[in-house]
Amino acid sequence: MSHSVDDLVKSNAEYQAGFISNIESDTIPPGLDESVVRFISAKKGEPQWLTEWRLEAYTKWREMTAPEWAHVHFPPVDFESISYYSAPKDMSDGPKSLAEVDPELLRTYEKLGIPLHEQEALAGVIQSRPNVAVDAVFDSVSIATTFKDKLAEAGVVFCPISEAVHSHPELVQKYLGSVVPKGDNFYAALNSAVFSDGSFVYIPKGVRCPMELSTYFRINERNTGQFERTLIIADEGSHVSYLEGCTAPMRDENQLHAAVVELVALGDAQIKYSTVQNWYPGDENGKGGIYNFVTKRGLCAGARSKISWTQVETGSAITWKYPSVVLRGDHSVGEFYSVALTNNRQQADTGTKMIHMGKDTRSTIISKGISTGRSENSYRGLVRISPTASGARNFTQCDSLLIGDTCGAHTFPYIENSNTQAIVEHEATTSKVSEDQLFACQQRGIDPEKAVSMIVNGFCKEVFKELPMEFAVEAGKLLEVSLEGAVG
Amino acid sequence: MSLLNVKNVTAKVAEQNILKGLNLEVKAGEVHAIMGPNGSGKSTLANILAGKPGYEVTSGSVEFDGHDISDWEPHERAHAGIFLAFQYPVEIPGVSNMEFLKASLDAKAFANKQEQTNAAAFIKQARSLAESLDLNPDFLKRGVNEGFSGGEKKRNEILQLLLLQPRLAVLDETDSGLDIDALQVVAEGVNRFRNDNNGVVLITHYQRLLDYIVPDYVHVLADGKIVQSGDKSLALELEKKGYAWLT
Repeated sequence: MSHSVDDLVKSNAEYQAGFISNIESDTIPPGLDESVVRFISAKKGEPQWLTEWRLEAYTKWREMTAPEWAHVHFPPVDFESISYYSAPKDMSDGPKSLAEVDPELLRTYEKLGIPLHEQEALAGVIQSRPNVAVDAVFDSVSIATTFKDKLAEAGVVFCPISEAVHSHPELVQKYLGSVVPKGDNFYAALNSAVFSDGSFVYIPKGVRCPMELSTYFRINERNTGQFERTLIIADEGSHVSYLEGCTAPMRDENQLHAAVVELVALGDAQIKYSTVQNWYPGDENGKGGIYNFVTKRGLCAGARSKISWTQVETGSAITWKYPSVVLRGDHSVGEFYSVALTNNRQQADTGTKMIHMGKDTRSTIISKGISTGRSENSYRGLVRISPTASGARNFTQCDSLLIGDTCGAHTFPYIENSNTQAIVEHEATTSKVSEDQLFACQQRGIDPEKAVSMIVNGFCKEVFKELPMEFAVEAGKLLEVSLEGAVG
Repeated sequence: MSLLNVKNVTAKVAEQNILKGLNLEVKAGEVHAIMGPNGSGKSTLANILAGKPGYEVTSGSVEFDGHDISDWEPHERAHAGIFLAFQYPVEIPGVSNMEFLKASLDAKAFANKQEQTNAAAFIKQARSLAESLDLNPDFLKRGVNEGFSGGEKKRNEILQLLLLQPRLAVLDETDSGLDIDALQVVAEGVNRFRNDNNGVVLITHYQRLLDYIVPDYVHVLADGKIVQSGDKSLALELEKKGYAWLT
């Protein structure tokens, strides 16, 4: 008759972005060697320095091994079975105007609720994201970027990185790899060698970006990896808020997504980077799903600059991701707000690194992990206070919520403090959605499904309030969908 | 017709037989006090009425408004008008009282095909109820029972009772842990709730609550059965003599 928490942890979640688009693609054969790196570089008509940069990264990657320290388990990835470049056929001669884009592609984004027609977006036809500029990346290429003209009026550059290489070569050459060096780690090196597309943003001095910027990543083709690269530069005194969303079709095999995101905030600049990650998580038995092995790092280069990461992670079979901030400028601020939900057989090892170098730098870490089904959810965070970082402060709070008793939650905090004048605080809690809480809600007429979702949303409140308005609503809904398995 | 009719119910919890043939009939307009020593089955009775998981009726029947509700889910019973004021109200961190109360009210309205209370009217009502129970209106913004004192938690239960206006209120030792001032506020709330169309089952350990909420009937529960019934004078007798003479 009644639901107990355990009864509710049945897996029947419905992944709503799991459809496959029927798009003819140019996909290169699987496997990776120098010629593939050269092919990708040539395909994009890149300058010599970038081709060489890629090849150096490739050479480094060859010498590296995949990291094994994360609390995740999966068979080794066969990098020879992955295709490193795939683009919709009619896009292979470079981006065209929206009118010429394959209607099937446009329908894909329509189905996902991403407005690529500016008029519609302006008219608010698609309610969920009014007035947000979108860069849509499909497999290896960017297919459309909206509101470019309006942004250009403010001096803001928002375009595919493959385009920025040609239109703003000096900025790309100066900053690419400046925050995440090409040999930083195994997956970053791989990305540096084969990255295909991604977004480039430049906000000039003193400019407050007039609208939210967002990139929507979609993996469609079978047996491909997505290796996007995002570079955001906020010049002195500028502000930008950037959103990122991701989905993929339901496929039985695992697909690799190894992105690199670099943020640079110069003096007094502020960057707010929000992610709602909903890659296909695999089915209830752990078959299929995306391997999300991502390197995200921001550099607070100037004094009083601020970088804030907010992430809501509900997708991917495996998540390996530590959005970090290097606090080099004096009085700079780093923030990390995270909700990571794992269900079924999902595994997440995620957290952040706050590297304090400047004086009086401050960082805040709020991490909320929710585990249900047979999933494993780990927080891994490093707070490093360098000898130069006098007066630095960090506050960390890690909370884990368990639903049912077949899942796991783990916390791996690392604190390295080399400055006696710094203050580092760490709090951690683990709780369960109890039968009593569920019953209390039911006794007041709230059905179990709604009750679990309400309890989980309450648990995440501190993070959700950091998300831009329209994203917060979306994140709440996404959480509800992702919990569907957990709530019968 | 009776509002609640518990007929010869036996029930077990964790393989232990707790109720052993309990009968109780509550008509609209009546307040029934259930008293009895620790471990006699008082809280089990409350949980059986609300349908708490793990509490199993093994024989007999529980009828509410003429329907056998033994198979109903807890939220379905709530929609029908059964309300349980908890002995130990749980905390739900991050979910504000306001949000929780509105969700409860909306769920009940939806199930009964009634219109939802609009937000402005709801906030006004919740604020005035809070005030009448000596709760600072700020409490509505706080997480459900999060960091509340024992007295605040119990008053919050009464606020929910008054807001949801159920047909049957079951109060499970609502008086426990209350000082005399809080007890009066809570009792006053219950008295305000009482009318000719609803019923109250008042589970208590002590006679003192019955000085403020005067029951129509008093029953003594011992070893899973009602062993004595009477009017309010029975409670006074129990106060003097204890339970031993009945068991």
